[in-house]
Amino acid sequence: MPLLKLTGNGLAPALEEPLNEISLNEWRARRPMAVDATALCINNDASLAGIEGDIHQFKVIVLEFPTFKDGRAYSQARLLRERYNYAGDIRARGDILRDQLQYMVRCGFNVFEFKGEDTIDAAAALTEFSRAYQSAADKDAPIWRRRLAKAAAA
Amino acid sequence: MYRYDEFDATLVAERVTQFRGQVERRLNGELTEDQFKPLRLMNGLYLQLHAYMLRVAIPYGTLSSKQMRMLAHVARKYDRGYGHFTTRQNIQYNWPALVDVPDILDDLAKVEMHAIQTSGNCIRNVTSDQFSGAAAEEIEDPRPYAEMIRQWSTFHPEFSFLPRKFKIAITASENDRAAVKVHDIGLRLHRNEQGETGFEVVVGGGLGRTPYIGHTIRKFLPKEYLLSYLEAILRVYNSQGRRDNLYKARIKILVNAEGAESFAKLVEDEWAEIKGGDTDFPEEERRRIDAYFSPPPFETLSSESEGLEARRHGDVAFARWLRTNVADHKAPGYAVVSVSLKPIGGVPGDISDAQMETVADIAEEFSFDEIRATHEQNLVLPHVKKDDLFAVWSALKAAELATANIGLVSDIIACPGLDYCTLANTRSIPIAQRISERFADLDNQEDLGELKIKISGCINACGHHHVGHIGILGVDKKGEEFYQVTLGGSGAEDASLGEIAGRGLSSDEVVDAVEKLVSFYRKNRQDRERFLDTYRRLGAEPFKEALYAAA
Repeated sequence: MPLLKLTGNGLAPALEEPLNEISLNEWRARRPMAVDATALCINNDASLAGIEGDIHQFKVIVLEFPTFKDGRAYSQARLLRERYNYAGDIRARGDILRDQLQYMVRCGFNVFEFKGEDTIDAAAALTEFSRAYQSAADKDAPIWRRRLAKAAAA
Repeated sequence: MYRYDEFDATLVAERVTQFRGQVERRLNGELTEDQFKPLRLMNGLYLQLHAYMLRVAIPYGTLSSKQMRMLAHVARKYDRGYGHFTTRQNIQYNWPALVDVPDILDDLAKVEMHAIQTSGNCIRNVTSDQFSGAAAEEIEDPRPYAEMIRQWSTFHPEFSFLPRKFKIAITASENDRAAVKVHDIGLRLHRNEQGETGFEVVVGGGLGRTPYIGHTIRKFLPKEYLLSYLEAILRVYNSQGRRDNLYKARIKILVNAEGAESFAKLVEDEWAEIKGGDTDFPEEERRRIDAYFSPPPFETLSSESEGLEARRHGDVAFARWLRTNVADHKAPGYAVVSVSLKPIGGVPGDISDAQMETVADIAEEFSFDEIRATHEQNLVLPHVKKDDLFAVWSALKAAELATANIGLVSDIIACPGLDYCTLANTRSIPIAQRISERFADLDNQEDLGELKIKISGCINACGHHHVGHIGILGVDKKGEEFYQVTLGGSGAEDASLGEIAGRGLSSDEVVDAVEKLVSFYRKNRQDRERFLDTYRRLGAEPFKEALYAAA
C-alpha cells in the first residue's frame, strides 16, 4: 500500500515510517501521564472538544474513513487545523479514493494511506479544480477573495 | 440574473473535464459500476429502471431564454424530445446514453449550467420562491442569498459526504411558495422590530419515511452571517448525524432526537467559534452578487391596463386564465404568469423541446428574458406587462401551455413512480392523469378552488404526499399496487402533515375516492373556504366516513 504525502510539488509517494500509535481513549485514560506514542488515532465518532491539551506532542494524527461515504473525518481535520492549530501530519486511513483526495487536502489532510495502484493518477486528481469558492483548512484564497483582489488591481 | 465570471466558468469547465475522464474510465473498464456510482451520482446521473437519468440543476429555479433553448436542444439531440421539471426546480432527462453525458454537460456549460450536486449526500441545489424579485408582498429578493449559498456549497470539501442528502430552501414572502418548513434547512427573510431584514432559520423539516415540520432554531439571523451559520449547522450534522441507518440519517432525525433547543445550542456554540472568520462573504462580494439581481428596467405604467380589461370581457377562457394563472407583481402594470405543465391528462412536469422553445421565445419578448421553474412542477414568466398578457396567453395556448389550473385540483405533483424509478412500489403518473381527466372541467375546478393533490409512488415521498391537501401514497401489497390516502397536509406557510385516512385503495378505487372527498367538501364548505380549511374545521372523521362510505 503506497503512502502518499503532500509536498510543495503535489502528492508524492513517501516511505512508510513506523508509527507508535495510541488511540484517543487510551491517551485520555492515561493523562496526565506522559506517553511515548508518536501518533494519535482518533475514531471518526469522537468529539474533539477538550482535545487541545497537548496534541502537538504527536507527530501524526490518524483520522479514519471506514467507508468513503462516511465524511466525519473531514470536519475533524478542519477542526484540528483551524481551531486547535495542529501543525503535524494528518493522515487519512481507510477507504481513500482518488476522487476524494482534493477534498481531503482542502480539509487539512496531508498524508494518505492510499489503496489505489496508480499514484501518478492520484496526484493528478489534486489539480482537477484550480480554485475553490469557500475557505477551508488549506491556504488557498477562496474565489471571493480573488475577486476582490482582481477588482482592486483593476 | 447571476452571470458567471471567469471563476465560475472555470470551475464548471473543470468539472466537465473531470467527469469526461471518469466516464472514459468507466467505458473502458478501468472503473466498475460500483466504483463509478459515487462519481456519477455527484454529477446528477442516476441509473433508473430502463436507462440513465440525468438531473440538471436550475439554481433557485431561475433560467434565461438562452438556457431554456439549450435545455430544449439537449432534449432533442440526446433524449426523446422532452424533459421533466422536478419538485426541486430542476429538470430531468430520462433517456440519455452514458457516452453522451459529457457532451451534454459541455453543451450545458456553454450556457452556465451543470448537473453539480443534483444528487449524492451533499448540499443540493438551493430552491427558492418562483416569484422572487416579482412578488408584490416580498420584502427583498431572496435570490442573492441563494446564489451565495450555491457558491459556498459547491464542492464544499467538508460537506460532500454528509450522512444523507441536504436540501435548503429560501423565501422572502409571507406566502411560502418554497415549502421552507419541510426542508433540511428553511430560510425565511423577514423584518424584525427594528425594521432590519434577517433570516428565520428553520431546521429539520422533511418528508420521506419520517415526515417532520421543521423547528425554528433562530428567529433572526443578521444576513451577513448566513454562510457561517449554515456552516455551523452542517458541521454539527456532519459530525453527529446518524450514519448507521440510511432511513435515520437526515438532519430531521438528529434535530428531533436532540430536541430543537438542544440542537440549537450545539449550532450556536459552533457558530460562536467560526463567526467572523473566513466563511461569510465580505460586503463587497455580497454587493457584487446583489447587483446581478437588480430589478429589470420596468416601464412606468399605470396599474390598470385598458387593453387587458377589454380582452378580459371579450374572452371567457382568457378571463379564467387571468384568475387562475396570473398573480400580482410588485411593479405597477406588470403581472406574474404561471405556465401550467399540467395539461388535462398529461404527465405532471413534462415539457417537449418545442414547448421549451416557445416558453423561451415568450420570455425573451415579454418577460425580460426570465423564466422560473417551480417546486410544483410548473414554469413562471415573472415580469409580464399587463398590456401583453393576451399576447402571452395566446402564444402559450397555441403551444398547449395555457391550462388554467394553477393551484387547482388538476395541478398535481407526482413523482416519476414505477414508470421510471427503481425505488417505486407503484405508478404515480397514471393516477395523476386519471384524476386530472376526472376533474377535466375547468369551471368545476375553479369552483373547487385551491386543492393540492400530491402523489408519491413509494414511502420516500418524492411526490410530497404528506403535505398534499389530499395526499396519495403508493404501496405494494402482495405484488399489487395499492394507494393510501392522507388528508389535511400543507407545505405552505400553514404547514402541516397529512393524516392517513384509512385502509389502502386499489388503483381502480383511488380516483373515485378523490371524487368522494371533493364532493363531501363541496357540500360542507362555508363561503369560499378551501378544501384544507373545511378539513381543518370539521376534522378527519367526516371526511373518512365520506371516503369509505359504500357507493
